[in-house]
Amino acid sequence: MLSIRNIVKQYAGHRALDDVSLEVESGKIFGLLGPNGAGKTSLIRIINQITAPDSGEVYFNGQKLDQSHINRIGYLPEERGLYKKMEIGEQMIYLARLKGLSRAEATAKLKFWFEKLGMETWWKKKIEELSKGMQQKAQFVATVLHEPELIILDEPFSGFDPVNAELIKDEILELNKKGATILFSTHRMESVEELCDAIALIHKSHKILDGRVKTIRNSYKNDTYLVEYTGDHLDFSGAQPFDLISDIPGENSSHTIKIKLNNTTANDVLQYLLPKTRINMLQEVIPSMNEIFIEKVNQIK
Amino acid sequence: MNKVLLIIQREYVTRVRKKAFIVMIFVVPALLLGMSALIGYVAKNNQELSSDQVVKVIDESKAFEGKFHNQKHIKFEPAKQSLTDAKAGLQANDDLSVLLIPADYAKKQVQIFSKKKPSYQLTEEVEKQMNSIASTKSMIDHHIDTAFLNSINKNRISVNAMEVTATGTKDANVGTTMFVGIACAILIYLSLFIYGAQVMRGVIEEKTSRIIEVIISSVKPFQLMLGKIIGVGLVGLTQFGAWILLSVISSKIAGHAFSGPGSPIAGALAVIATIPFGYIMGCFIFYFLTGYLLYSALFAAVGSAVDSETETQQFMFPITLPLLFTYLLSVTVLFQAPDSPLAVWLSIIPFTAPVAMMVRIPFGGVPDWQLGLSMFFMIAGFLFTTYVAARIYRVGVLMYGKKASFKELAKWFFYKE
Repeated sequence: MLSIRNIVKQYAGHRALDDVSLEVESGKIFGLLGPNGAGKTSLIRIINQITAPDSGEVYFNGQKLDQSHINRIGYLPEERGLYKKMEIGEQMIYLARLKGLSRAEATAKLKFWFEKLGMETWWKKKIEELSKGMQQKAQFVATVLHEPELIILDEPFSGFDPVNAELIKDEILELNKKGATILFSTHRMESVEELCDAIALIHKSHKILDGRVKTIRNSYKNDTYLVEYTGDHLDFSGAQPFDLISDIPGENSSHTIKIKLNNTTANDVLQYLLPKTRINMLQEVIPSMNEIFIEKVNQIK
Repeated sequence: MNKVLLIIQREYVTRVRKKAFIVMIFVVPALLLGMSALIGYVAKNNQELSSDQVVKVIDESKAFEGKFHNQKHIKFEPAKQSLTDAKAGLQANDDLSVLLIPADYAKKQVQIFSKKKPSYQLTEEVEKQMNSIASTKSMIDHHIDTAFLNSINKNRISVNAMEVTATGTKDANVGTTMFVGIACAILIYLSLFIYGAQVMRGVIEEKTSRIIEVIISSVKPFQLMLGKIIGVGLVGLTQFGAWILLSVISSKIAGHAFSGPGSPIAGALAVIATIPFGYIMGCFIFYFLTGYLLYSALFAAVGSAVDSETETQQFMFPITLPLLFTYLLSVTVLFQAPDSPLAVWLSIIPFTAPVAMMVRIPFGGVPDWQLGLSMFFMIAGFLFTTYVAARIYRVGVLMYGKKASFKELAKWFFYKE
């Protein structure tokens, strides 16, 4: 769907993107992660052709990105904004027409969306009369109204209350199910695990990690397990086939320990523990995206 | 191109729909009508006193007896009473005055008494007659032949400005032409400012509301800038169109109301009718459009460089300086010398031409080559400023929180795409 190849973007004084390459597969949800100032927005602006890269290319469905692709992309910028004094219905239609829709098409689609999101009564309202959350909702509609093949969302959940964030998340998933490819940048790691098929982590203008979320998380497994047992509290003297990382006493004589294997297997652990206590649970700990994010970012200081 | 049309449409429609726009359309001609009515009223009132005045003359010098001439509204009567009695009688009558001429009128003051302050017309008439009578008397006293003197003084010279054109000689009312010239200068100066500032405010609005990023993910920055400039320009033309229409109607009404022969308004209107309005209006529209395109591009660039309207000051001043400079020169110097080298040069340089040329046009006689050259430079000028502005604008609209300076703007100009 989207192939980003060796993008370099230089601003006066600093390099925002340094040789960044990415592949976004069609029909997937792609997360663009990175701390503030990493270069995410610069990259998003290049994909939207708001700015041009100093070198490198972007391909859209195998074609070199040009003005003809604009109508097939929907973009929700991080800094939201609409004309404050313009009526919302009229404004949405205007924005959709700028994306190549006819007035009739835009009106029909807008009616559909307004109904879907419970905004029917807003049509004649001015943006300045709406609450911030309502404005965000309106802007989301403006982003997807022209049914773009590629939807780019810069921090889509910021500014939404939990209820509306959930609503927007469901809409994103539904649009994705209908075939839209979604690229979004975020700091919220839980939403990454929930939504994204693949991610790229950008830090200090470089891409430092990318791939499918499952693959990445599995590759960061480090033989850590959680074990929950019931019975007397166990003390580990060093003879056990694992290293104890933490010991969390629980209620009703149930205890949880976090362990790391040292060249042993989970079977060895079970064999060692079974005679000593009653095991409720043994679970491999797969690092969260959040942990991976923090680890990777801290590695490169 | 279709997208530019959409932008033009939005810019135009949102502005024309505003109440302020509609109000302005009617307020300006109403003011014009009101002003001409006021001028007419004052002029009418100046000519004649509202009621007949009687002046009782107490002449202690005996030099003026029977020599006052009654006017249409002023009657002179010799007073039969003493001064005190005559003064007492004043309380009863508003239109009565008492003129006291002392025996030694040349040294002592001549006084006029009335219940209210005597009107200017009355005292002026009395002064005029007394001076005339007194000088005739002294001439006779010195044995000068007044009849002979009168015959010499028959020369009443008034200068009538005649303009020699290809078709013949015609009356040129310099006053009215000057008025039209200055009015054109003021109008074009104000409108360039007003509509240029509107473009700037529009750009700032888009930038501060952050919608700019949404829009320029759909259109190129240049398309947005162009659409905005053209849209606001059309609003300006609509406004002028409506004003011209309403002014024609209102001046017709004004002409009707003050059409009595000899009325100064009718005279002025007659002269206005001889001014080639089609030509002036055509030039006005041309210089408004090109001047507007030239300046609004610069205004747009300024708008793109700042985060709020308060920051625009430092850029506004140098940009508007040539305009202000020409305007001030126009209303003080240029209208008196519309063909001076200064006026000619100012009307050819694109930054000053809209105002300077509009002062010259109503006087007529701008050579074709000067007009052509000026128009050529105007078009070249606005193409140039649009090019410069577009390069600054495309970078500026995406810059936040950066205090822009002229050095910074120059840097933006040289950024590659």
